[in-house]
Amino acid sequence: MKINWFKYSAPMNFYPLAGKLIPLFWILAIALIALGLYWGFFKTADVLSDQKQYYRIIYVHVASAWMAMWLYAVMVAWAMVGLVFNTRLSFMMASATAITGTVMTVIALATGAIWGKTSWGTWWDWDPKLTSFLILLFVYIGYIALQSAIDDVRRSDKASALLALVGLALVPIIYYAVNCPDPNECASLHQESSLERVESNILIAMLITTLGFWMYSFATILMRVRTIILERERNTSWVSKLKEFNN
Amino acid sequence: MFSAFLLILKRDLLLAMRRRSEIFTVLFFFIVVISLFPLGISTEDQLLKQIAPGVVWVAALLASTLALDRLFSDDYEDGTLEQMTLTPVSLPIVVLAKMIAHWLLTGLPLVLISPLVGLFYHLPFESIKVMMLVLLLGTPVLSMLGAIAAALTLGLRGGGVLVSLLVLPLYIPVLVYGAGAISTSMVEGLSIQPYVLLLSAFMLLAIIFSPWATAAAIKISIE
Amino acid sequence: MMLEVKNLTCTRGDRELFSDLSFKLENSQLMRLEGTNGSGKTTLLRTLCGLFLADEGEILWDGVEIKKQDEAFRKELLYLGHQNAIKSDLTAYENLKLNCLMSGINVSQEQLMDALDTIGLFAFEDFPVRTLSQGQKRRVALAKLLLSKAKLWILDEPFVALDAAAVEQLQSIIAKHVESGGGVILTTHQEVPLTSGELVRISLNKEKTSHV
Repeated sequence: MKINWFKYSAPMNFYPLAGKLIPLFWILAIALIALGLYWGFFKTADVLSDQKQYYRIIYVHVASAWMAMWLYAVMVAWAMVGLVFNTRLSFMMASATAITGTVMTVIALATGAIWGKTSWGTWWDWDPKLTSFLILLFVYIGYIALQSAIDDVRRSDKASALLALVGLALVPIIYYAVNCPDPNECASLHQESSLERVESNILIAMLITTLGFWMYSFATILMRVRTIILERERNTSWVSKLKEFNN
Repeated sequence: MFSAFLLILKRDLLLAMRRRSEIFTVLFFFIVVISLFPLGISTEDQLLKQIAPGVVWVAALLASTLALDRLFSDDYEDGTLEQMTLTPVSLPIVVLAKMIAHWLLTGLPLVLISPLVGLFYHLPFESIKVMMLVLLLGTPVLSMLGAIAAALTLGLRGGGVLVSLLVLPLYIPVLVYGAGAISTSMVEGLSIQPYVLLLSAFMLLAIIFSPWATAAAIKISIE
Repeated sequence: MMLEVKNLTCTRGDRELFSDLSFKLENSQLMRLEGTNGSGKTTLLRTLCGLFLADEGEILWDGVEIKKQDEAFRKELLYLGHQNAIKSDLTAYENLKLNCLMSGINVSQEQLMDALDTIGLFAFEDFPVRTLSQGQKRRVALAKLLLSKAKLWILDEPFVALDAAAVEQLQSIIAKHVESGGGVILTTHQEVPLTSGELVRISLNKEKTSHV
């Protein structure tokens, strides 16, 4: 059996599909986040190495940080699809993703600051990870600012897509620069992943919460895409036939 | 192709020569920003030496961002940019020529005036040399990265502020290694070679990729 | 045959300007594009140049899509838009010279001066364009027509801001181009009498507007 994937690349067909998927993603999001947080708060050790209860912010912090980075990649992927195939829906997906990505970055920064206050005694520290996220936030904001500054939809889509691509090309270099400001010291950049040392219980809770955040992102992105579709296609006949507007 | 490149380069320089005051505007902006920091922070010798590398680069970043506005907007407004995309010459070549002209007019003067910063901030002679070298390598990168953002924001209201928002985060690597090199040069026994190599690499990458990205951005903007 | 347009559809924002437009432009033809304000004349001209991307349809030059030929097509094309594309800080002479060189036309100083004289800018060659009048600025831009070797001219309102003498002159320049086998597409409210060749009219007005 052949499924016609291109059918859903048309906003007209995607709109009702997204409408059906949104409740599903909301349910999954709430269930997974609740499960992940329950597991994290009640089924894991009270102390992680030298950190006490407050380390539990990790479940929100890590999940949002992962999503913030992942969503940037998703956004660029949509932007690229849009530039190559010139499909309207991909650009709409890219711009919807940007907002959720920005929200995730802000959550990651805020929880990072709270964690920093409890463990290092300071809200902000210019450590490479926090700094990288601050720059990620700037890049997201630049994308959104450019998009909203251009009135013509087609130009705004393409211009911001190109900016996202340029951002992606530069992000590794910026990351390197932030992590290794002194090339005399770190000839070999080697960041040890701390994941393997984490207790499996904590890891499971973290992964479940992340999955929940993921579902939340799906839900909000689809909701936003539906709004964008309505806004951009308001003059088409299929929108005027929608039962939402015909009561 | 090379003759077309030279043609555009000469044209942009000729145009700038007819309006010389604009070159000096950027230059004086740079000098003014440089002289604000000692007044705002401290005129103490040691501290000035310490902040000089960061200050000179932040000032260079701001000056080159301000200058970006001039890169394409005049040609965009009078329709010349549109004509340029219709010439038989490929657009990235045109763009590269314009970038280089722009750097010669706004980047190179900063490099040449930078010894003045050395005097203001009591830098040793050795550091002044390093500062000129890294500015020479870094400012072209600023012009070329900035060109992409300048092309994307053509004709937009409040384009100048938007350009700064878009490019300043992208300038971070140049800032980090540019300033790092000057700081390192003030410490005995440390080599500045890695910094110089990294900045050179950035410049090469920028020369290769940014004309294409900028050309694509121009095509999007004039559509 | 020179230019062929097949099923062209263009939209601006969410407004459809024209759809399913097809026509051909042969050698020695002048095409006059008609339409009310906002009917998409300028957009059509820009689309034909490759400046604007059509939503649907294709544009062929010598049987090959213009997207695919790029430089080969641009060598054959001369486009004059609403804007004059001249620099106010340069003189008329410098402007014309640069415009020609950028389009890959190699011209001598005499040819340039001749062209400027013919177009009615005698003794104004060395003034910065800034000091010239609107009509004179337009003439500087139009002088390129005299030197261009392009086969296809696309002119957007070329008669705007010109006085009677200049209008007549431009009419004869266009007629000469058509006579020598070139093609012209233009938008104008001015009649262009031809010495030879054929006049084609295309209207972008939608049926709706006719019964207003």
